[in-house]
Amino acid sequence: MKYVDEFRDPELAKHLIREIESLVVQIGASENEPLQIMEFCGGHTHTIFRYGIEQLLPKAIELIHGPGCPVCVLPMGRVDDCLALAERPEVIFATFGDAMRVPGSQKNLLQAKAEGADVRMVYSPLDALELARQNPSREIIFFALGFETTMPSTALTVLQAAEEGLKNFSLFCNHITTVPTIKAILDSPSMRIDGFVAPGHVSMVVGEEPFQFVACEYKKPIVISGFEPLDILQSIWLVVKQIAEKRCLVENQYLRVVERDGNPVGLKAMAAVFELREFFQWRGLGAIEHSGIKIKSEYAQFDAEHRFTMPNLNIADPSLCQCGEVLQGSIKPWQCQIFGSLCTPETPMGALMVSSEGACAAYYNFGNLPQVMAAKSNREQSTTIS
Amino acid sequence: MNSQSDTKTITMAHGSGGKAMHDLISDIFLASFDNELLSPLEDQAQIDLTQLIAIGNRLAFTTDSYVVDPLFFNGGDIGTLAINGTVNDLAVSGAKPLYLTCAMIIEEGFLVADLRRIVKSMKSAAEAAGVQIVTGDTKVVERGAADKIFINTAGVGVIPAHLKIGANQAKPGDKVIINGLVGDHGAAIIGARKDLAIETDIESDCQPLNDLIAALLTVCPDVHCLRDATRGGIATVLNEFAQASNVCIKIDETAIPVRSEVRGICEILGLDPLYLANEGKLLAIVPAERAEAALATMLAHPTGSQSAIIGEVVESPEEVVVLRTSFGGERVIDMLVGDQLPRIC
Repeated sequence: MKYVDEFRDPELAKHLIREIESLVVQIGASENEPLQIMEFCGGHTHTIFRYGIEQLLPKAIELIHGPGCPVCVLPMGRVDDCLALAERPEVIFATFGDAMRVPGSQKNLLQAKAEGADVRMVYSPLDALELARQNPSREIIFFALGFETTMPSTALTVLQAAEEGLKNFSLFCNHITTVPTIKAILDSPSMRIDGFVAPGHVSMVVGEEPFQFVACEYKKPIVISGFEPLDILQSIWLVVKQIAEKRCLVENQYLRVVERDGNPVGLKAMAAVFELREFFQWRGLGAIEHSGIKIKSEYAQFDAEHRFTMPNLNIADPSLCQCGEVLQGSIKPWQCQIFGSLCTPETPMGALMVSSEGACAAYYNFGNLPQVMAAKSNREQSTTIS
Repeated sequence: MNSQSDTKTITMAHGSGGKAMHDLISDIFLASFDNELLSPLEDQAQIDLTQLIAIGNRLAFTTDSYVVDPLFFNGGDIGTLAINGTVNDLAVSGAKPLYLTCAMIIEEGFLVADLRRIVKSMKSAAEAAGVQIVTGDTKVVERGAADKIFINTAGVGVIPAHLKIGANQAKPGDKVIINGLVGDHGAAIIGARKDLAIETDIESDCQPLNDLIAALLTVCPDVHCLRDATRGGIATVLNEFAQASNVCIKIDETAIPVRSEVRGICEILGLDPLYLANEGKLLAIVPAERAEAALATMLAHPTGSQSAIIGEVVESPEEVVVLRTSFGGERVIDMLVGDQLPRIC
């Protein structure tokens, strides 16, 4: 298929892998002391597993799968707030499909829908706006979530709703930002990461500048990457090359999409509608300063948090979950005590098992490692016994 | 032409058991499905056993309900699905499909013209597959109690004595064959759903497989596993084979035939063609020494003209399906959690 197969060429992949192998030898990394490279974004994690990239890389490179899956990191308390909103009789709750299965403390949106809540799956916030136009007697709440990638479309939807004077449309805003989260990972005492593959779609919006601190202050190479398998391999090669040459820069591999200054129109819409929250709670990572986004007071009429009461409780992650340690790269998914037993894609307990972009779900679904197989067969045995 | 069933919509009276219902049955159902087992209109069809015994030694008996949304799509409708789906469920046992039932649950207000169109499709599909609809039932429920129309068909067929096909029969060394392009039905349904706003000419692959299977069994009577890959796609069926037979199935991404439009839709929506529904795709696991002959026979048949060998059975890791990706890596293909899309058949 045109414009797709070019980015999945196995011959080019072999060439890149040979280059990476020789650089790794030059650096002196080994299986026991591997280079640790974090791909921040869940979309990258998904590609890595879908194409089996991990097995193609030399063992002296260890990929750490970052927290860049907005569905995964949504805390339970926020999901409970969603459910409270969705269960109001006057409300049509519009959401992206992958948020339907995220567990709250009691149930998820899919269960709420089965119990009678009017939950609609949409592909864009503009679909939710259309629902508002078509159902003037109902309250339409759009479940806005995602990193900077999805913020411009949400912001433009609010501006559009304001222009049309819609009274029955609001957002439950759960947008989060990338930079404070990368900073929190870099500041973590157990942090062992040597370089980053930076999120391509976020960068398409924010540009290169926001990632400069990673190179300048923390002295780590960081490469903005596309989402095709060759994009990711090339980005890993660029990170390793920087390490070999003892350089720390923001490099842009995804030149065909990412402009240096990002998307000025999108940024302008975001600046008009959104502002930073002081703190936002992340599943698996705890509260991170200035990592959450809320709607500015001048658009409060479109803010579900302003217009409806919600439980607004802070619910702790299940105590057995080790998502935080996986996110920081200190353990692998299958080393978590409940991976594959209490926590599976069917009944996720931890953040990273929730969406197909989460590292644990990716290992569980696509992983062909003996450790993953063992964890799965343990689960089957325990199911048989019970 | 009967006046009662010419009214534009189905009403509760059509399900009441009274005159309106009788008119509907004779005008729409009897007129289309007419055969000597149905026409006496007893409460049951009476089937001569001697005729069945002549074909084989086991009765294959299956049932399936059809709730697809939308009812009409490129390449078929709920009626063609209701016949072909049940015919295929019988045929993958090696059975010769013979008789089907047809039960409909219709929502009050349903258009008679649409009912006629569906029944006409069922008649054509049944003729194409060589089966008869020999008994049926019609219920009408109040508006909102069902979504437009739901159809259940049960079917019987007879399995020849020498066949031993089962999901637990796959052996290391066996080859995996598919009879053509994967994911067309799922993609056609996506195209027919207006809320996704994707325009496509892709047609559902809805088709009966019994004739292709009969041809396959003449050259390869020792087929180990056969199943039609419907909901959950070929990924799900391969997992069922791997688990039931306690083997590993390795497939090659580059060998799996997928239409480029289907790949395109999957790229846009983040779906995987391996999990997309099919309604006329057969996965066969055959002994290696018969694979080429089986493939040649399938390729020569109109329902198998794009058949391909897509993988093989190996010993371990047991109960796992592994995909060699086009990129050169490997990954596990697991069963799907939840639906990629609801109500596809």
